[in-house]
Amino acid sequence: MTAEPHPHDRPGPALRAEALESLLLERGLIDPKVVEGLINRYANDVGPLNGAKVVARAWTDPDYKARLLDEGTAAIAEFGFSGPQGEHIVVVENTPDVHHVVVCTLCSCYPWPVLGLPPAWYKDPAYRARIVREPRTLLAEMGLTLGDDVEIKVWDSSSEVRYFVLPERPAGTEDLSEEELAALVTRDAMVGVGRVAAPVT
Amino acid sequence: MDGIHDMGGTQGWGTVVIDPDEPVFAEPWEAKAFAFGALSARLSGTNLDAMRHAIDRQHPHDYLVDGYYGRWLGCVETMLVDSGVLAPGAVEARARRLRGEDVEEPAEPILSKPDYQPTAAGSLREIDDPARFAVGEAVRARSWSSSGHTRLPRYVRGHAGVVTALLPSQVLPDTHAHCIAENAQHVYAVAFDSRELWGEGGEPFVLTISLYESYLEPA
Repeated sequence: MTAEPHPHDRPGPALRAEALESLLLERGLIDPKVVEGLINRYANDVGPLNGAKVVARAWTDPDYKARLLDEGTAAIAEFGFSGPQGEHIVVVENTPDVHHVVVCTLCSCYPWPVLGLPPAWYKDPAYRARIVREPRTLLAEMGLTLGDDVEIKVWDSSSEVRYFVLPERPAGTEDLSEEELAALVTRDAMVGVGRVAAPVT
Repeated sequence: MDGIHDMGGTQGWGTVVIDPDEPVFAEPWEAKAFAFGALSARLSGTNLDAMRHAIDRQHPHDYLVDGYYGRWLGCVETMLVDSGVLAPGAVEARARRLRGEDVEEPAEPILSKPDYQPTAAGSLREIDDPARFAVGEAVRARSWSSSGHTRLPRYVRGHAGVVTALLPSQVLPDTHAHCIAENAQHVYAVAFDSRELWGEGGEPFVLTISLYESYLEPA
């Protein structure tokens, strides 16, 4: 099928979604409970708080961190986090010398079980285009300035393998509990476009 | 296919702004589009690769204007029309009727789902063939171009890199998307020096991408 651009008076997405739903419902092809269940799961249950728990555990438990870097999928599953877009998760560790950042240039593949659905910036053509060509410049524009001595590694998620960044633990957090640490971890740090900031005291 | 979706390295987009307070779904229709997309492989009798290919086939203009969940909406319609679940134009006609236009809806089409059954859930497969390439080996991404689905982006084609890891074997999107065959293959993490990809004047960094065995040749 050759795609055609749509006419200017094409019904908008809200109306088209409603039309598609009504067609599928009247044919008995979808169950409204399943649709609501999927939406609730990804709107409320599966999100970056999952990844934050993984990171906080890795920061406080050296054995767990070793398992996480060795076999990410299995170590993440210890929390019960698994499912679509998480068949095989590779964890890469940011250090003072090496900075990892993740993209999917071809669509917007993202490790759903640990981060939920991708944010707008991750899906932005500008991010998909530029992070594989000028990552240092783009990261600085996004608020993360890296020293010239920091090596940048960019991971393009072109197969079913997903990448998850273990950010650096901020200084001054030695006395924090695992739970308190998890509260500091941001989604952007686990994709590699930000750092985890120390708590404001 | 060499479509609008293959964005790696393309220029002229401007900057990226992070909204820290963005909701998961900006509008209720986005949540619905997500759910229908998540169900699309089952509804159309196809698979995740077919879904990605249906997104890639959205018209370039619509691809950009519709945004992420708009593309999901479009791809679900494409998949259902391809499989004869919905008639071409059925969604548009229903949408126009919903807003009060007096348009005729097309007749229900003849179901034409592909003759397709996955051999297992998901995309990972165990395969017996030995891996063709080893960690540390120099490889070159093939410079092929296809009108069908592929996960070999233009920006690495023809360029030389080094295998850094053997990843789990996976069904080959190029055939799986068309429900022809799973063709499970070895998949490699291949690291490219940025200057190999973009020339000597560019930023120094390492780009690692997962490439299926048939995308590669010895360098």
